[in-house]
Amino acid sequence: MADESKSIPPENAQEISRRKFFTRMGVGSLGIAAAGTLSFAYQFLSPNVLYEASPIINVGKAESYPLDSVTLDANSGIYLVHLQQGFFSLNAICTHLGCLTAWKPDLGIIACPCHGSRFSREGQKLAGPAPKPLPWLRTWLSDDGDIMVDRSTTIPPFQFLRV
Amino acid sequence: MADRDESYLERLQRTRVWRTIFRSGTGSSTLHRALAIQQNVFLHLFPTKVRRRMLGFRATWYLGTMTLGTFALLVITGILLMLYYHPSAPQAYADVKDLKFVVSSGLFLRNLHRWSAHTMVFLALAHLFRVFYRGAYRPPREFNWVVGVILLLITLLLSYTGYLLPWDQLAFWAITVGSNISATVPVLGSKFHFLMLGGNQVNANALLRFYVLHCVILPLAAALFVMVHFWRIRKDGGLYVRQSEPVREDLQPAAPAAMERP
Repeated sequence: MADESKSIPPENAQEISRRKFFTRMGVGSLGIAAAGTLSFAYQFLSPNVLYEASPIINVGKAESYPLDSVTLDANSGIYLVHLQQGFFSLNAICTHLGCLTAWKPDLGIIACPCHGSRFSREGQKLAGPAPKPLPWLRTWLSDDGDIMVDRSTTIPPFQFLRV
Repeated sequence: MADRDESYLERLQRTRVWRTIFRSGTGSSTLHRALAIQQNVFLHLFPTKVRRRMLGFRATWYLGTMTLGTFALLVITGILLMLYYHPSAPQAYADVKDLKFVVSSGLFLRNLHRWSAHTMVFLALAHLFRVFYRGAYRPPREFNWVVGVILLLITLLLSYTGYLLPWDQLAFWAITVGSNISATVPVLGSKFHFLMLGGNQVNANALLRFYVLHCVILPLAAALFVMVHFWRIRKDGGLYVRQSEPVREDLQPAAPAAMERP
């Protein structure tokens, strides 16, 4: 004990008054409590389990999609397109503000009803405020021969699935 | 016989019950009338004395008062609508349809709620413009202007959160678009989007969160700031009337003053 009091220079010990020390302790613990409250609030408000649909979708057999067809699955928000080169899947959610786009067979384009963006059936942007083309989604054949689409994985365009 | 000259109100005011509730006493003296305002928990937010012309239509067009009136209407009709509305994805849309077609006076209450909401946004904006163009935001009222802007933001947020509750196509896509706009904010945008919706898309969690915001959190915040807003009118010297303002040297326009000096 005696050694300790000697090791601290007396002018340093005078720097902080008792009042200042307790004020800093008080403010410091309030700060820690506030940070804890913030992190608690953030964690509480972020759901740990989401009851959202699985990103992997089974869209069925290739035979049900005729050549040169564009088919919208409105529930999962994807297109399955069958061209000469093969099959591919597009995310049907507009890259502007997230509306569900629609295939216009008479015009041969994909159009967004919200703000007028237009896309080709390969997803390339033709007009409107959309900043990016509609992304291509990973598509593969299941062991049963069904076409599978993973909405959470985008691939570079023009990678066709041949069936 | 003398009692007959007294009105029923005056006799009521002399009863013991009345006097335990209203401690300021009765009488028409200036002091009594001032005390009646000052010692009432609700009225003490307001000034005890007001210039007569400030109460006229021309001074304010009553825009702030009418905004409060629409807010009161929204609270009353909103509470009644809550009695029939379940904020759950399978039921919300059907409940709104029931309110429209099945519940007695449901259509009236829902339409009153909707039109009051539109009117409140309009009146709040009109109030803001009125205050702006009269220069009533200037010192010492600058803080009350800030409180007013906060109240306008709360009004718009109430309007936005209420938009989702009918749970129809319009509501769903409007909130999808609106929340995606918030997601474009740099760095924090997508986190905020996730917290606001309670998920990645507008669904059951988002409906419940918007319901709680719309029915509890935002109305309480609005009531709190409305109290501050009214109290500040008194603290800042009453409603703004141009000619009655004391001349302050430091607020005079610079150029004319400079030109007058020799």
